[in-house]
Order: sequence, then C-alpha cells, then structure tokens
Amino acid sequence: MATSQSIIAPEAIAPAARGGARLTELPAPGEGRWTNGLFVLPFLVVYLLLLVIPLVYGWWLSLHDADLLSGTREFVGLGNYVELWRDPIFLGTVRNTFVFVVMTTPAFVILGLALALALNRPGRLAAALRATFFGASVLSVTVVTLVWRLVMMPDLGLFANLWRKLGGGPVQPLSIEGVSLAVVAVVTIWWIIGFPMMLFLAGLQQIPAELYEAAALDNAGRWRTFVAITLPSLRRTVALVIAIEVVLQFQLFGQAWLLTLGGPNNSSRPIVQFIYEKGFREWRLGYSAAAAQVLFALMLLGVAVQMWIVRRREAA
Amino acid sequence: MGRVDGIELVGVTKRFGSVEVIANLDLRIEAGEFLVVLGPSGCGKSTALRMIAGLEPVTEGRIRIAGRDVTQLAPGARGVAMVFQHYALYPHMTVYDNLAFGMRNVGVAPDAIDRRIHDAARVLELAPYLARRPAQLSGGQRQRVAIGRALVKEPVAFLFDEPLSNLDAGLRARTRVELARLHHRLKTTMVFVTHDQAEAMTLATRLAVMNRGKIEQIGSPMEIYRRPATRFVAGFLGTPAMNFLPVDRMPAVNGHVVVKLRDGTVLATAIDDQDVAASDQLTLGVRAESVTLECGERGGGRAEVTAGGRAEVTAGGRAEVIARGRAEVIERLGDRTLAHVVLADGSMVVAQAQRETSVAVGEIVGLAFETAPLQLFDGAGSAYHAR
Repeated sequence: MATSQSIIAPEAIAPAARGGARLTELPAPGEGRWTNGLFVLPFLVVYLLLLVIPLVYGWWLSLHDADLLSGTREFVGLGNYVELWRDPIFLGTVRNTFVFVVMTTPAFVILGLALALALNRPGRLAAALRATFFGASVLSVTVVTLVWRLVMMPDLGLFANLWRKLGGGPVQPLSIEGVSLAVVAVVTIWWIIGFPMMLFLAGLQQIPAELYEAAALDNAGRWRTFVAITLPSLRRTVALVIAIEVVLQFQLFGQAWLLTLGGPNNSSRPIVQFIYEKGFREWRLGYSAAAAQVLFALMLLGVAVQMWIVRRREAA
Repeated sequence: MGRVDGIELVGVTKRFGSVEVIANLDLRIEAGEFLVVLGPSGCGKSTALRMIAGLEPVTEGRIRIAGRDVTQLAPGARGVAMVFQHYALYPHMTVYDNLAFGMRNVGVAPDAIDRRIHDAARVLELAPYLARRPAQLSGGQRQRVAIGRALVKEPVAFLFDEPLSNLDAGLRARTRVELARLHHRLKTTMVFVTHDQAEAMTLATRLAVMNRGKIEQIGSPMEIYRRPATRFVAGFLGTPAMNFLPVDRMPAVNGHVVVKLRDGTVLATAIDDQDVAASDQLTLGVRAESVTLECGERGGGRAEVTAGGRAEVTAGGRAEVIARGRAEVIERLGDRTLAHVVLADGSMVVAQAQRETSVAVGEIVGLAFETAPLQLFDGAGSAYHAR
C-alpha cells in the first residue's frame, strides 16, 4: 500500500510539471525560424556545387565552341547540336547505346526476377547462390572485363574451346560487327544481375504469405498465382529496376572501352565513349558537352516514358 | 442435397521438426454447427485449422470433409473457404475481382459469378464498394469483403482464423453478431479459431478449449463455463478469472465434501464425497459471481481479520459461509462492481459486490460463498462438480 502511494507522490510530479511549463515557450508548429534552414544548408551546398552548377555550366558550355588545347571559346548557339545531328559517328553511338539498353534492361528484369523466384527460399544452397550472384556485382569493371577477355580470347579462351567442341571454326566474337555489342551486353548482365535479383528478392519477401494461402484456397495454380498475385505485387519493383537500369545502362562506357574500344568499325561505341573521346582526346569541350546534354535528354526521356506507362497501367 | 457430413479429424498429429504441436487430435465437427476453438496463443488451434484448410501438411492421421478423405488434397480441392486474420485480400484487385478470383479459377460461368457476387454484396452491404480496391476500404469493410470472398464460393465449411482480432472493440462486437446471424441463415459448418472468450461464448454452438496441442474440453459454451473439466479450462474461461484457493479436506457432512480454507474458514460443498479420491491435494474453484461481498453488520465492522468463519447450513443444502478479509481493490465496471479481497492467510479472492456498494479500500468485509457452484480440482487438474 505504502509503495503504491509513493508512486504518485507530489514531489515526483513537480519536476515534470515545470518541464511542461517550459515546453509551452517553444514556438507553435508552423511558426518557423530562419535558423531552421541551416539544417538543410550542407545538403544544399553540395547539391548546388556538384550537381546544379555543373549541369547549368555543361549546358552553357554546349553552346560554345570551346577548345581546351588552344584555350579559345566562341559562342555558337545550337551549332554543336546541329553538328551532332549530322555526325554519323555520333548517331551511330546513339543507336548503339539504345540497342544496348534495349538488350540489357529486359534481361535484367526477366533474369533478375527468375533468379529471385528460384532463390527465394530458405536453405544453405539458395543462400550460397544468392551471395554468388550478388558477389559478381561487387567486382570492378576492370576485373570483370579481364575475366571475359580471357573467356573470349581467340583460340585459347573458354568460348573458343567450347565453340570448337560444338564443331565451329576459329572465332573472335569481340571482332565481329553486330556481335561485339551483344558480348558487351552479356558481360554487363553477368556482372550486375545480382543487383536486380536482390531488389526482386526484397520485393518478393514483401508479399504476405497469407496472399498465397488465399490464392491456394481460391484454386489458383502456380502460373495463375504468378500472373495474378506475384507480378502485380512486384509492379513497383519492376518499375524501379527498369528505371535504375535504363539510367545505368545509358551510361555504358567501361565494359565497351575495355573489351572492344568501341569496335569493330564503331559498332559497339557508346555515347559516353564519344563524349570522352571528343572532350579529352580531341579537346573539343563544347562539342563533347553538347553530346552529354543529348545523353541526359535521352535518359530523362527513357525514364519518363517508363514512368508514364507504369502510371497509366496503375490507373487502369 | 443429400446428407452432408461435417469435418472429422482422426488421430491428427503435427510436428515441426522435433517439436510436437498437436498430438493425436480427434475431433468431429457436425455438419451445420458453429464450432469455436478457443485457446491461448501457441496452443495449436490455428495449426489445426490450417491443417483442415490444407495450408499445413498433416504429419500423421486423417482429415475427412463431407465424408471425403482430404488429407492429401490441395487446399482449393477441399471445398472449404477461409477467412484470414489479416484479411489477405488481393491488394491490386477490386472488391469485385477479389470475390470473383476463386470462381474464375474453377470456371464458374460469368453470369453465375456476377449473380453470386451481387447476392453476397447485398447480404454484406458491400454493393457500393465493388469497384474499390482494398486499400480504399476501412478495416470493417475489408473484413466483410474477406467474408464475402468465402461466401461466394458456397463452401462446405467456413474456416475463420481469428478474423475479428484486427477490429476495434465496437466493430468486433457488431461483426460477431453479423457472423452469428450469417450462420443462422446459411446453416453451413463453421469452424472459428480465437483466443477471445467473449467471441467464443457468443458464437459457438459448440466450444472446444485447446491447450498445448490437446483439446481439454468440448461442449456447449454454458456447460464449459459451468462445469469446466479441468483447472485450465476453469481458469481460461470467464472474466475475472476463477478464484483458486488451496484447501484441506475435512470429514464429510451429509455425504458432501467439506473443506477448510487456509485462513481457517470451513466450507461445505455440494460435491459428492465419493467422487473425490482420497489423498488429493485439493484446490477450491469459485467464480467471482458466486462470492458475494457483505459489508456492514454481517460481514464487516471494525473487527480485525480473524481466522475461522461460521457455516450456516440451511435446510435446502445452500450454505452461506462468511469468510473475512480486507478489500484491496474495488473495480467499478458500471454493470457490476468487483472487490479483490485478501484473506487472513494472504490469499486473494475476487468477489462480486452490490453495484452501488459504498465499500472502501482497506475496509474489513465478509464473503458469502454460494455452495452449488463450488468446484474442486485435484493435483492433476481434474475438476469435481456438484452432481
């Protein structure tokens, strides 16, 4: 009895009451102080310095004929863009990049989802395989391309050996026009398939088990369950994977540079390589900046179209 | 329609690895009855239900539904419908499609699907929401959709897995009544799993109390409430929980067991002396509603708590025994008032006081025990009742 009384002793309440009085002196919600803005300042500074200013500067630069070697700079308006439009090599890189994105992105979605479905289960084997698939994406592009260059080595490589076993003649896939870009795509998929797989695994684990039980009681077979329950539940994950991969794969550079140097005959040369070569090999900064703006616009367009499709489907 | 048998579990055992969750369970659920399985968390009641549904494989034993052995059948092939605790509605489908999904999967004709959905929507007042998605519905509406999804399948039996536990108290009470009405209308077999005794008591035509993977008792709700078979059942059912007091056995009077509480109070029960085995450690069980608080002249006064009460045996065999104690907590619940009374030996008894009683905490009060409802439990937990 005595203990229960001491719990609500007045001395115990008093400090709390005083604290409460102090609380009322704080400004009411919504009544802002300018000093609160200081909290976002670090982000704002970095964002402005490293993103907004370079973006605007790049756009400004693209309107100039800027030569880094001679140090001259001359305003040419949209001249660089007109030149790009007439440059068959640039148009080729746009086509190559676009083909590359179209080859890789669906593969990331389909293979990533397939792997996730196969490995979304308890057990050591599944865990080991998940780690293995994801492990590859940790490797640097240099290591990955080195491995694949060995695989693709003429005569001695793994691929050449297999090809010979299948009865084929001597072959160098990286030197065949139209095939080299596909090889770059395969290498890229092999490299980072683990990432979309992880996103899909996370998505799959978000789906409540009860939904599958309800579907089982509703006589839904495996395929019907996949189409009617799993896929719709993963719609956002699919959209996320597509958005990430479109943005990422438009920026193809390292793999192509290290595997094919853009060859043969420019058939695997991506936009970023074009930007790099124009800017830092030929020192035509303005022209290079204009190409970068085109790449930016293409990526924006790609993501916008994809978002639009997702929204429209969600509204339907 | 011919005679439809209910659900039958024969020797059903469930093990997860080496852990035995359900041991050799035999249960016969009659066609058309509303069986509520009541038990604490982890007693295996949900597992039993999920085995009936086919969501959990049976380790040993057979399950028959409507006379057909379904032990190895897929959930969809068993002809049962289930309502889940978290509703498990398909979030990307409209209410209409949620209801139609199961029927479409078995190729019910579209016009029949449409008719059944509209019938169910009318009964469950879902008609205005058929085009909505689950996310646009309130908890109660979602629950009705979940019930509707079961209803349109016209199942042999409905299985409910704690379907009301996510609703707020008011809605839970209302949905409870709706479910009772639905069962009355459909007369379909319903199996309802819950840990809420109010749900169990109000819905069940028959009640099974489960504990540690075994059915402790099965019977009508009032039968189980009045004559619990074991101490577990007695303690699990009823709010407040039954009072349990250790007692010593005294020489029988008129062939009835007489016991002495640890504070010295002697109580005559109406339990046949021959029913209770000799050398048992006995516990007296009595519900609060059978212990009345007496304050003022008869019970209270300023006297200290003394050992030993008086037994007044009346002609009808109804004994009123006054034990004395100190009121520690008074719970005024509105419709009744409960007093927690500490006896001289320190044991606690919850008693029912008059609704408007003026009894105060710390006051010395008397307790009058009704004789007929007194129960005894032996060391093994088995119960003895007045015949």
